[in-house]
Formats: sequence, structure tokens, C-alpha cells
Amino acid sequence: MATRITVDPVTRIEGHLRIDCEVNDGQVTNAWSSGQMWRGIELILQGRDPRDAWVFTQRICGVCTTVHAIVSVRAVENALSLEIPINAQYIRNMIVGAHSVHDHIVHFYHLSALDWVDIVSALSADPVATAKLAATLSDWPHNTVQDLTTVQARLRKLVESGQLGIFANGYWGHPAMKLSPEVNLLAATHYLQALEYQRIANQIVSILGSKTPHIQNLAVGGVSNPINLDSQSTLTIERLSYIKSLIDKLGAFVEQVYLVDVAAVGAFYADWTAYGAGVINYLSVPEMPLDTKGTEFELPGGYIADGDLASFKPITSFQDSYFEGGVQESSKHAWYESGNGALHPYDGETVPEYTDFQDDGKYSWVKAPTFYGKRAQVGPLANVLCMAAAGHEPTTRYLDFVMSTASSLAGSEIPLTALHSTIGRHAARAIRCAVIYESLQNQWSLLMENIGSGDYETFNRPTFPKGEQRGFGIHEAPRGVLSHWVVIQDGKISNYQAVVPSTWNAGPRDEDDELGPYEASLIGNPIADPELPLEVLRTIHSFDPCLACAIHMVDPRKKEIVRVKAF
Amino acid sequence: MNIDSSPCPVLLLGMGNILLEDEGLGIRALEILEQRYDFPEGVDRLDGGTTGMGLLDVISGRQHLLVLDAMQTGDPPGTLVRLAGDEVPVYFGMRISPHQLGLSDVLATLELSGERPADVTVLGLVPQSLDMCLELSELISSSLDSLVEAAVKELSRLGYPLRVRPGQIQS
Repeated sequence: MATRITVDPVTRIEGHLRIDCEVNDGQVTNAWSSGQMWRGIELILQGRDPRDAWVFTQRICGVCTTVHAIVSVRAVENALSLEIPINAQYIRNMIVGAHSVHDHIVHFYHLSALDWVDIVSALSADPVATAKLAATLSDWPHNTVQDLTTVQARLRKLVESGQLGIFANGYWGHPAMKLSPEVNLLAATHYLQALEYQRIANQIVSILGSKTPHIQNLAVGGVSNPINLDSQSTLTIERLSYIKSLIDKLGAFVEQVYLVDVAAVGAFYADWTAYGAGVINYLSVPEMPLDTKGTEFELPGGYIADGDLASFKPITSFQDSYFEGGVQESSKHAWYESGNGALHPYDGETVPEYTDFQDDGKYSWVKAPTFYGKRAQVGPLANVLCMAAAGHEPTTRYLDFVMSTASSLAGSEIPLTALHSTIGRHAARAIRCAVIYESLQNQWSLLMENIGSGDYETFNRPTFPKGEQRGFGIHEAPRGVLSHWVVIQDGKISNYQAVVPSTWNAGPRDEDDELGPYEASLIGNPIADPELPLEVLRTIHSFDPCLACAIHMVDPRKKEIVRVKAF
Repeated sequence: MNIDSSPCPVLLLGMGNILLEDEGLGIRALEILEQRYDFPEGVDRLDGGTTGMGLLDVISGRQHLLVLDAMQTGDPPGTLVRLAGDEVPVYFGMRISPHQLGLSDVLATLELSGERPADVTVLGLVPQSLDMCLELSELISSSLDSLVEAAVKELSRLGYPLRVRPGQIQS
């Protein structure tokens, strides 16, 4: 008989997400993803000056504030065919890079690791044996017996204080937890060390963006960081050297800790390479523009159909008509009026029509986007597969490193197709983090070189002609493809739509009733205990859900922290 | 650049989404406080928006964290809510503010790293309306002074009295 599980809200994510599953004989057989994400940014932006849009859009999400700011200025610049100074591209790129490194580290260690790592089990680890094991995995100098013993003592204090409940829904001792006490201790140690490294990455964003959260240095036409090597109040050599010292600190952690940990978790949980594939059409966009117009990029992007890398079709510029023409959104199963079928974002409508949760009808505040009529998965896995398909050298190098490390730990060859899985999404995120780290180094060098040539320009003034202009901005954000779509009429915004990464992944069934990526990825997942559906969280967390985009409190007086209903 | 020095002991953190009417009341209260008062050394102010784990860095190592936020307790709109000490987990335990999940993850993580503020207080008002709109509702607009005053009192309790700026009238 079918058991219905409702997890509401899913914890350790940003924002509010409800997942419903039907379980038969210990396996998920049907699933619904319902996001409490109210979309209506156009209601705020209509009639406003397009130069101000980014200030508002960075408030629609609680995590990705910088990404909504950057993609918004790109959209308006696209509508005006406005090129920006190359210094401005490099400075924006460095913010993009540092933010991504920060975000990926936090996601793996602080939001997802506890799905795989049992903190309580780490208490019974032998620190000497753990240090010995660590030495076989990596050259990281902070895996010493002393480091491990200190962390173990801290964990013991926490467990003995009875405060462990602060980690809402830590599934300590769950039968699906498989790591040895030593591996658990090593991972817990890196959890704490990761705090320091995410902080360093965030400092880079703060220095360039003037403030986090909510950077202050953007402008339609460039950035507001004046470059003057002699003035203390601007971007100076001293400040740029300090940024370089911060970037340098990130590299060792990403390469010697994050990549290795992900390979180890992948090897020890190799069974999870068989679950969680879901939708295997992958969409990503190019990032780190290298010219003033956005026609050359350091990191490639594109579309892969049906998991076949040979089908890769590149997206090549900020003006790419293949991307622009392919995106539609359906509200058939979302709480908006939906009589007009799937719509292109320029023509998008967001008129709420709330019903109750209807399995076969409307059940989510998230719309269902498609690319040329097909559902697509976005995020680091899509990005890494597309970059690998495009032959991007750093991607291929880090991908080979993770696959060969995992294979040697597992004792058998893990094929590339294993990436289409729950654990594959974590591996791809670590690979992307390393690729972005290298790109951050490169963007810093490019900026220094260009300043050295005597070019200090950071801003081109925009002008708004009479009549209508349409434009879109694209950004490969930490959670995947983000696009903003703007229609400008006589210098004022007349329509504005944001199609965010979690819309692609968390969306409900579409116009053809096809399942979205979250939903499809849950089908076939094992469920050991319907009352403690850790396996559901593993697969959903692997997408790095972020539904903080303007959360609406629909049902505010629920007193439960987390409702796991099995009936 | 305040990069390598240790953080101020107190963080006054406004939370909320200013795009959703009364949802942004914590941010609006913070703006009024900054307009009306001179802050003594030792008190940092931050508009945290709706961020979660992004706040790890700014919260870590503080002695006191004072949060201003919209809180759905079921009480009438405009009711002043104060949670301190043992009551604070209630803020995170009940689904009364959409930001609590992110913020509770931050505090849990800082507990483990030994950098959690010793003292956490949450002050807020029960919102009336959460529509897509940049201004507060009339009711909350007129109740906001009670939250501002409560924050002043709280900072005074912590040993950081605020001084009214010249030309500003104390509420």
C-alpha cells in the first residue's frame, strides 16, 4: 500500500519548500515539489527607472543577493546594446567568482554534509587512526591528531550538553548513515575549518562590493569602483594585493579538502550514484565575460539533451538568440492564472490564483520553465557537464581528479555516467568550485594587467531612447542559470521577469504534466523509514535548494518546526 | 576596511524583505534608529535583508546579537514581541518568521565552532499585511516607534545607551 510522506518545510535550505512523496515497498513512486516562492517583482518595478532595478532585485533572494544585482544590470545593458568597460567586467567577474566559492563551500559543508555525516558517530573515532587515514587522502596540513582531538572534544561537549537539537533534523544513527567513525570525524573537522574559508571568500565580495549582504558598487554601464592607484579612497594596489592574498588562501582548501572530501563521500556512498538523476537535459550559460560586449567568455555554457554530451549546443554570447528564444514558463500547476498556456518571459503574467494543494491541479507558487518545450536541470552539474562537453581544460582536469580519486577509494572504476545522480551533483559542485577558484585568480591577473596598461575606466553612461527596448541578462549563478527579462518603454520599466535557478529545478509539473527536476529525481529513491525520510533530504539538498526569493508567509501560525507526515 | 580587527561586541541586525510590505519592518526600524540616534562605539548595525548563512561572518564572535524582525505569533497586528534567553529557541522553533530557518542554521553552526553570541534577543512586531509593496501598512507604520523604543531600551540594558541626534525628537 502507498504511504504518503510530507516534509514541510525542508530544513537546512534557504527559503521554504514542501516535498510530498508516495512510497511503495520502500521506494518513492510519485513526488510533488511545492515552493512557497511568490513571484511578482514586476509589480514593484513597473514604471521605475531601469537604472534602479538592480537595487530592488537583489532583495528578492536572501542568499543570492549579488547574483540578482549583476544579472539585472546585464539585462538593462542588453536592452540598450550598451557595452561596459573591461575593468568593470573583471571587477564584476571577481565578485561572481568569490561569491560562488563562498556559496559552494557553505552548501556542501554547512547545509548538506549532515545528510551524510553522523556527528555522534565521530565521538567514537580514534584520532590517530583518523589522521593516518587523512594522510592517505590529502596533503592538507590541518588533519593532525591534535586538530582532530580538539574537534572531537568540542563535539563531545556539544553532545553532552544536550544541545544537539539545534541541528534541526540531524538524522544521527539513521540506518542510511554509512561512514566509519573516523571518516565522520574527519568530515566534522573540515566542517569547522570550512567556516573560516567561506568567510575569506565573502570578504572579497565585501571589499569589491562595499557591503554584504547587498553589494553597492554596481551601475547600469559598469561599476562604481573608481580606480586610482594613488588615492586611498579608491581601488588601490594595496587593496588589490590584499584581495590577491585572500584568493590565494582559498586554493589549498578547495583542492586539498573540498574536492577530496566529495570524492570520499562519493566512494563510500557509491550506491547513491544510482539514485536522483531525474531530468537529464542540462542547461547552463557562459560566464566570466572577457570583452566589453559579452561575446567571449572564460567559462563556456550551453545545452545538453538527454544526458548525451555529444549533443552539446553552445550558448555563446549575452545576445544569444538560441537562449533568448527557448525559454517559456507554464502556470498550469502553479497558483497563477494559466489560461494562456506557456509564455515567454517578455510576455509573462503573474496573476495569483490560489487553490488548495491539488495533486492533479495547482500546488506550488513556483512556475514550471521549459527550454524549447523540455524540462531542464540547471546548477553545477549542468555547468560542469557543459564545460566538459566544450572541452574546457580546467573542468576536465578537476573532473578527472575527482573521478579517479573516488574510483581508487571505491576500489572499482566509477563511470562518468555516475554523475547523473544525487551524489553526482555534490561532486560537480566541488569541481565547479575549483574551476571558479582558478578563474578568480585569472580575473584578478587580467584586471591588474589592464590597469597596468593605464586604463582606469569603469563606467559608460547609459542613454535611454524613446520607444520600446527589450533585453535579457544571463548569469551562471551558484545554483545555475539565472535570467532577468526587461521591457523598457520611454525610459521606464514596463515589464520585468526573473527566471531563477530554483524555478528550473523546483518547478511543479508543466503544461504537458511532465515532472520537474526535483520531482523526477525522487522517483526510485529508497526510503528506509517513512517517519525519518533522510533519503528525500539527501536528493533534494543535492540541488542546493534556494527558495528564499521573496518568500510569502502563507500559513504562518503552524507551530510545528518540521512536519514529517507519514500516512 | 575593518578586516582583521575583532568585531564590535554588539550587532544590531535588521531582518526582513522590504519588497513585502510589513515583512520589512525590522529594516525600517533600523533605518529610523540610525536617523534618530548617535550610536556609541561597540554597536554595529546591519541591514541583513533575508539572508541566512551569508550572515555567518558578521554574527560570529559577537557578545550580543539583537535582531529586529517581523514575527507572526498569532497576536493582533502591531503587538510588540520580545524573546530573550530561553525563549529565543522558540523564535527558531516556530514558523513565525520566514528568516528564522536561515538564522537558526547560522546560530547552530556558530555553536559548534564556539563563536555563538552569548546573548541573543529578538524584538519585533506582528505584521498586518505582507503584500508586494515597498511601504509599511498604516498600522505598522504607526506602531513602529514602540519597536524603536524597545531597541533603545535593550541596548541601554546591554550598557550601550544611545544619544538622540541634534534636531531629532525622541519618540
